[in-house]
Amino acid sequence: MDNLQIATPEIFLLAATCAVLVVGLFTKPKSNAVYWLSQLTLVITLMMAVSQIGGETKTGFSGAYTVDALSASLKSWLLVVAVGIFLYSRDYVGARKIQRHEYFVLGLFAVSGMMIMVSATHMLTVYLGLELLALSQYAMVALHRDNGRAAEAAMKYFVLGALASGMLLYGMSMVYGATGSLDLNVIADILAGNGDAMTAERTIGARFGLTFLIVGIAFKLGAVPFHMWVPDVYEGAPTSVTMFISTAPKIAAFAMLIRLLVGGLETLSADWQQMLAIMAALSMVVGNLIAIAQTNIKRMLAYSTISHVGFLLMGLVGATSEGYSAAMFYAITYAFTTLAAFGVLLAVSREGHEADELKDLAGLGKRNALLATVMMIAMISLAGVPPAVGFYAKLSVLQAAVGAGFTWLAILAVIMSVIGAFYYLRIIKLMFFDDATDETEVKPAGDVSAALAVNGVAVLVLGIAPGFIMSACIAAFA
Amino acid sequence: MSFPLLSLTIWLPILAGFLIIALGDGPARKLAAATSVLTMLVSLPLYFGFDSSTAAMQFTETVAWLPSFDINYAIGVDGISMPLIILTTLINVIVVISAWDVIKDRPAMYLGAFSIMTGLMIGVFSALDAILFYIFFEATLIPMFLIIGIWGGPRRVYATVKFFLYTFLGSVFMLIALIYMYQQGGTFSILAMHELPLNKDQQFWIFLAFLAAFAVKIPMWPVHTWLPDAHVEAPTAGSAVLAAIMLKMGGYGFLRFSLPVTPDASGFMDTFMIVISLVAIVYIGFVALAQRDMKKLIAYSSISHMGFVTLGIFIAFRLIAKGDDAGVALGLEGAIIQMVSHGFISAAMFLCVGVMYDRIHSREIADYGGVINTMPIFAAFMVFFAMANAGLPGTSGFVGEFMVILASFKANFWIAFLAASTLILGAAYTLWMVKRVIMGPIGNDKVAALTDINPREFWMLAILAIFVLLIGVWPNVIGSVMHASIENLVQHISTSKY
Repeated sequence: MDNLQIATPEIFLLAATCAVLVVGLFTKPKSNAVYWLSQLTLVITLMMAVSQIGGETKTGFSGAYTVDALSASLKSWLLVVAVGIFLYSRDYVGARKIQRHEYFVLGLFAVSGMMIMVSATHMLTVYLGLELLALSQYAMVALHRDNGRAAEAAMKYFVLGALASGMLLYGMSMVYGATGSLDLNVIADILAGNGDAMTAERTIGARFGLTFLIVGIAFKLGAVPFHMWVPDVYEGAPTSVTMFISTAPKIAAFAMLIRLLVGGLETLSADWQQMLAIMAALSMVVGNLIAIAQTNIKRMLAYSTISHVGFLLMGLVGATSEGYSAAMFYAITYAFTTLAAFGVLLAVSREGHEADELKDLAGLGKRNALLATVMMIAMISLAGVPPAVGFYAKLSVLQAAVGAGFTWLAILAVIMSVIGAFYYLRIIKLMFFDDATDETEVKPAGDVSAALAVNGVAVLVLGIAPGFIMSACIAAFA
Repeated sequence: MSFPLLSLTIWLPILAGFLIIALGDGPARKLAAATSVLTMLVSLPLYFGFDSSTAAMQFTETVAWLPSFDINYAIGVDGISMPLIILTTLINVIVVISAWDVIKDRPAMYLGAFSIMTGLMIGVFSALDAILFYIFFEATLIPMFLIIGIWGGPRRVYATVKFFLYTFLGSVFMLIALIYMYQQGGTFSILAMHELPLNKDQQFWIFLAFLAAFAVKIPMWPVHTWLPDAHVEAPTAGSAVLAAIMLKMGGYGFLRFSLPVTPDASGFMDTFMIVISLVAIVYIGFVALAQRDMKKLIAYSSISHMGFVTLGIFIAFRLIAKGDDAGVALGLEGAIIQMVSHGFISAAMFLCVGVMYDRIHSREIADYGGVINTMPIFAAFMVFFAMANAGLPGTSGFVGEFMVILASFKANFWIAFLAASTLILGAAYTLWMVKRVIMGPIGNDKVAALTDINPREFWMLAILAIFVLLIGVWPNVIGSVMHASIENLVQHISTSKY
């Protein structure tokens, strides 16, 4: 019974999702019932997840599933982001030939997958959660079935995603061969030299497996050189799905990274630190430089994501608990900021018109000052300019990197963030300095406007008072 | 805990600025005027209640802000920062007057942005925590970016992006240096950083990081090229604030960070710094002579005048080597007085150009001529400020330059000789401009149709003129408050850290 108790949020979410799926069959396509039921499901799950915060660490299902400070707070943030995603995408999905109930049900399944990833302390659980997330996402990218680019993106995503999953599984099997266990806590014990003595050969086996694990994780995060899918999928997918892919799953992927590398293979940190440092450097350079050349906002934000993944990894290269908290803070605040940016893009889009070219934002400051201001705050935050929250995220990962002796990486990072500032500023320039090419009135629904305003203010206020997220992040690795 | 006067000075204009934007264009002007006057009144007790006998920080407030990183909301003022804060609140009043009926496009956003920026700039001058300083320092970029970009001239986008990226690039290196020192000393307190022992290599790299931030901001040759662009494209009040206050953040940064945190490296680099200061003074002076655009001319003149600030700061190390502590203090005080004085004079010069620009919509010197015939009162002000800019004795422009030149004399004749050449060059480019614009017969029909300044413009310029004269004839009005702080600074920089 204890086993089931620690997984109540997930169990509820899964049961409710199945119920929503059934309800969806009997509602009219134009009805918003599925949307409201999905939101209700998420909010109840959120309350359950929040109630786990502050509780003691509990492990169940023979060590396969863990609820601790890390999982409780990551799940809560994940669900908050998911509520925002559903709200922002409601009208966008409604105005297009996207089956609305499929969209929300797949979204809910993806959320359960992410929650499982966050709590998984067994390689098979990790894999199960990851695949649940990934399969839902492949289908979501393809939801716009009359759109050739969406189909192409889904195909690319699926093939490359399957390859990455294969890499991950192969790595897991190598680690299993070396240590004889799939339970991450047991693996950590064995690698640390407790119990069975580790021979040199077996350590090499574990290292070999580690390399493949990192390839799999890097693919899911979109770190260079495993980033090729990111721009194409971001561009091809319906904007609401792009928003989904670029926000909450980053939090889940971060959790997976922590569970595998820190929870399971921390003894091998000397090996993965180097790999992460190289990927961090490459991601920041490639992401920021190529983003400058983009004219499509979704592609630009794709490269921007890649660069931010580089920053996130920079927090981990030191293999210190400060660094892990810094990266966790980065993942959470990044998800929030990107959510606001995509929320604005969705609000500017309308039936028969996708706002995905840079020029679509021209003159937004005059067309809808609220949306333009929210977008500006998001861009300032992504650029890492104080007082927006992105500054603290950058400050904390820089601090972790400098503290761990990776000063060269920190210097590279700040130079790249200046280059990055250029394309974020370009968005502000378009919105406020240029005249509109498209004078159509932009009028999102009242609740969407209100949510976007709250989201924008949160990015700013969290920048002025980041204390409480920061202390949650520190508590997760205390 | 005493009354948080300094916090009020910082946050009143920031919060009021958001309110101005939120309430829209209707009440914007009156609200902005009330805010600016109130902010100035609130800041006055900082001056009159200031204890000039001590170098300790005054009006301090400390609240734990991010305990996990040991970041505090710590603010306070000493004799170096206080005059700059008063300058900021005064200029803010002038800005509101100057924009009163000139800005027609979205006045609420315009005035709100200036109000927010005022609070942020006061924050820069009062922060005692390095991260707090960095936040204010960077946050000022955003309103200025929007001001130049929205209300600027034809090449505003180029100018404002260049302005933002240039200064952003400079300051991120400072951020790395601050984080590094936090790793060494375990605190972000600026005063604790002053005491942090650092060896020669550490100091050298930290000095370079600070130099990247402050040399771009002040700006020093050869990283000055953003300034003429930004000045030319910015709206009048934007140019005035940029020249009057934002540049001072660079000079203030040298005094607050570079000198006390890395005294040995500053001493080691002093020749380099003195040489590029002299290049700014002499070479940029010649560049100013060649300008055809009035705003560009004043922008180059600003760079040249800022050369005096850096010269006054770094000549100190030559004098320390000679054991002449009085000379050191003379140079440093000269640098600060030069900063304050230039704040008033450059703002006035830009506003004068703005007055003409509002009427004829041209900044080209060639489009004017004989303005004195149609605008006699304005011409009197313009000539007065031009004289002050050229360093006429009796005006504030003379005091700072003279003190710096005097300090340089004590160090080396040739440095002083080159620095003093500005008295000729400055007079040449400023007065030649005045001759072409103000004097002579009426140049064209547009000038003939000019009307003289209205009472609003008159008082705007008159207030500035009063301060220029006040500092000119009674420099002690700011000199007296800074002696103790300067002595303390001299103590710091003449003590090696290893």
